[in-house]
Amino acid sequence: MNQQKTPIREALAQLEHNRIVPFDVPGHKRGKGSSNLREFLGKKTLSIDVNSMKPLDNLCHPVSVIKEAEQLAAEAFGAAHAFLMVGGTTSAVQAMIFYSVKRGEKIILPRNVHRSVLTALVLCGAVPVYIACKSCDKLGIEQGSSLEEVKKAISQNPDAKAILINNPTYYGICSDVAGIAEYARKRGMTVLADEAHGTHLYFAEGLPRPAIGAGADIAAVSMHKSGGSLTQSSFLLCGKNINANYMRKIINLTQTTSGSYLLLSSLDISRSNLAINGKRIFSDVLSLTEYARKEINGLGGYYAFSHELVDGEGVYDFDRTKLAINTLGTGLAGIEIYDILRDEYEIQIEFGDIANILAYISIGDNNKNIEMLIGALSEVKRRFARPEMDIMKYEYIAPIIRATPQEAFYHAQKKLPLRECAGRISAEFVMCYPPGIPIIAPGEEITSEIIEYISYAKEKGCLLTGAEDMRTDYINVLE
Amino acid sequence: MELWFSEFHTPHVKFSIRVDRQLCCVKSKYQRIEVFESPEFGRFLTLDGYMMLTERDEFIYHEMITHVSMAVHPHAENILVIGAGDGGAMRELSKYKQIKKIDVAEIDSEVVRVCKEFLPHTSVEDERLTFFFEDGLKFVRNKNDEYDIIIVDSTDPFGPGEGLFSKEFYGNCFKALKSDGILINQHESPFYEKDAEAVKRTHKRIVQSFDISRCYQAHIPTYPSGHWLFGFAAKTLHPVRDLNADRWNALGIETRYYNTNLHKGAFCLPVYVEELLRDVE
Repeated sequence: MNQQKTPIREALAQLEHNRIVPFDVPGHKRGKGSSNLREFLGKKTLSIDVNSMKPLDNLCHPVSVIKEAEQLAAEAFGAAHAFLMVGGTTSAVQAMIFYSVKRGEKIILPRNVHRSVLTALVLCGAVPVYIACKSCDKLGIEQGSSLEEVKKAISQNPDAKAILINNPTYYGICSDVAGIAEYARKRGMTVLADEAHGTHLYFAEGLPRPAIGAGADIAAVSMHKSGGSLTQSSFLLCGKNINANYMRKIINLTQTTSGSYLLLSSLDISRSNLAINGKRIFSDVLSLTEYARKEINGLGGYYAFSHELVDGEGVYDFDRTKLAINTLGTGLAGIEIYDILRDEYEIQIEFGDIANILAYISIGDNNKNIEMLIGALSEVKRRFARPEMDIMKYEYIAPIIRATPQEAFYHAQKKLPLRECAGRISAEFVMCYPPGIPIIAPGEEITSEIIEYISYAKEKGCLLTGAEDMRTDYINVLE
Repeated sequence: MELWFSEFHTPHVKFSIRVDRQLCCVKSKYQRIEVFESPEFGRFLTLDGYMMLTERDEFIYHEMITHVSMAVHPHAENILVIGAGDGGAMRELSKYKQIKKIDVAEIDSEVVRVCKEFLPHTSVEDERLTFFFEDGLKFVRNKNDEYDIIIVDSTDPFGPGEGLFSKEFYGNCFKALKSDGILINQHESPFYEKDAEAVKRTHKRIVQSFDISRCYQAHIPTYPSGHWLFGFAAKTLHPVRDLNADRWNALGIETRYYNTNLHKGAFCLPVYVEELLRDVE
């Protein structure tokens, strides 16, 4: 296929050219009905904010240009089938879980999954089985899933229907997807990959393998992160063992029937760009990141970690386009530096957790911005560094599961002050956002360690989300 | 046929100079560099279509960006100039015998090459000069307690020079300066709204990094509104109280714009400019 082609964009351009008189939704009628909106978002944007119609195909039942865009995407990513998703990668993650497990069935997964994985379990009633996982010494981050631990989880749960792997994690840590996929598939499990942070792996050279290429069955790929498409647009990729028509039915359970053509065309155009220029783009991103890492490590106090973490097990590989920086040596918590960079230096980074920050380097960066980031980090250290303080050590705590996420979420519950929750079973999620990985999920026992961790994160200024109580002073627990 | 160079000073104000011919147009890694010849202003340099200097009025800018700090600092020997690929600031600095070292961090070597070839007026040969073709922000980041004066002769804050208007840059300069060091920067014009915003933002960031931070002005006909500001920021030295006029006059340096009386007057700002700056102090 010709990857220069962008069928959705072309159909939209043709539609504009034909000057069709719109007596359909959206009611702004190509922006004519809302001059404020037109002024703010631009005439062009509103002129292509249109509804499904014959020349533009229909996202719920694609037969023409969307189908062609799907085929082009599948080819570009090396998948058997690709779905264009407009509900964020959250919708892609949920679809692949709904496809693979039903109520009461087991799914094996690491605990540091994105909230969308666990909310999918709340909805479908499947049972999570967690893969034991180590944390990287001193960095306060979790490793990936080692093949050995995966084998252990599988042998203890041979009835599990699916396994899910992050590829990579937010911080760039990759697991042995090929090894895990081969082992799990032989035992009849569907292999799912959350590649919210891995779009570029499909196009770059010298980086960890993309999941579909490594033998995974389904992958949720955040095109809007490293791929450059609009926020909320995403791809769901399927391997050859997946029934694409059944998958479409699953997607249509929750997908909007008014898929945005802004999002769809952005997927189409970005896919073409990556297919043609991806190799060069990500080689540029990689050299920017490698440069920044070298300079930041030269500042002292910071540790921008990389490939040296690789141990062939929990850290099977590392995605070097990720610029994650451990801040313990400056005596400052990652979240404190995150705030200082924004408030003092007008630099917005992706996130700061207790011991790390992550600066997202992409397709849109240049040397000038990288120098500003490095310059600011050197200033933060000069002005704010404290003696290396004992930032709370983070250890992976295996969750104690007392109920499935669905049972707990819908169970009779009551609200208790955080401090009084020890020993109770949580009915809700609590997480720092970003990165959006639950500290506690419905059905898990709240331990005193978890309470301490949540209090510490709050004190350091992390944004805690998930609980009904907006300040997370209270947690809903099972009665 | 009429040939004119035009620059929009605001979307509604256009400044034009009649041009005889274009002498040079090269596209470097960072910007488009052009030199024109004009009947009124002689040769002039533009970067990405913005006026940088003309042979006719560059002396004002270059004298004011150099002599003010040199007349205040009692023993300036090590100077860093950032930007200034045209050489005008270095030409002025090379008039001082006491200076031992002039480092120049200019990101674009093409600017230096073009200026040497087409603008002999501002170029200078001096063995105390060393060029470093790298990002100014990166250059100062790696310096500690090294310079008496840093002069930031940057382009405007919306192009490749953006990093040279950032708070991290001023903080890094503070670190690169000795305990009695002075930072001079070109500070844009206070007159048109968009430029005035840049003045405020820049001043705010410098105020946050240095104990003493004052602005002074000059009249530069080919820059937007003609009314231009410079920033004087220092750790200990006051721009007017620490001016040693006798010492500077004894050096016998020839100038056409700067003198020690004008030095004091340049720090007396119009009311609207004082207010603009006070807003962020």
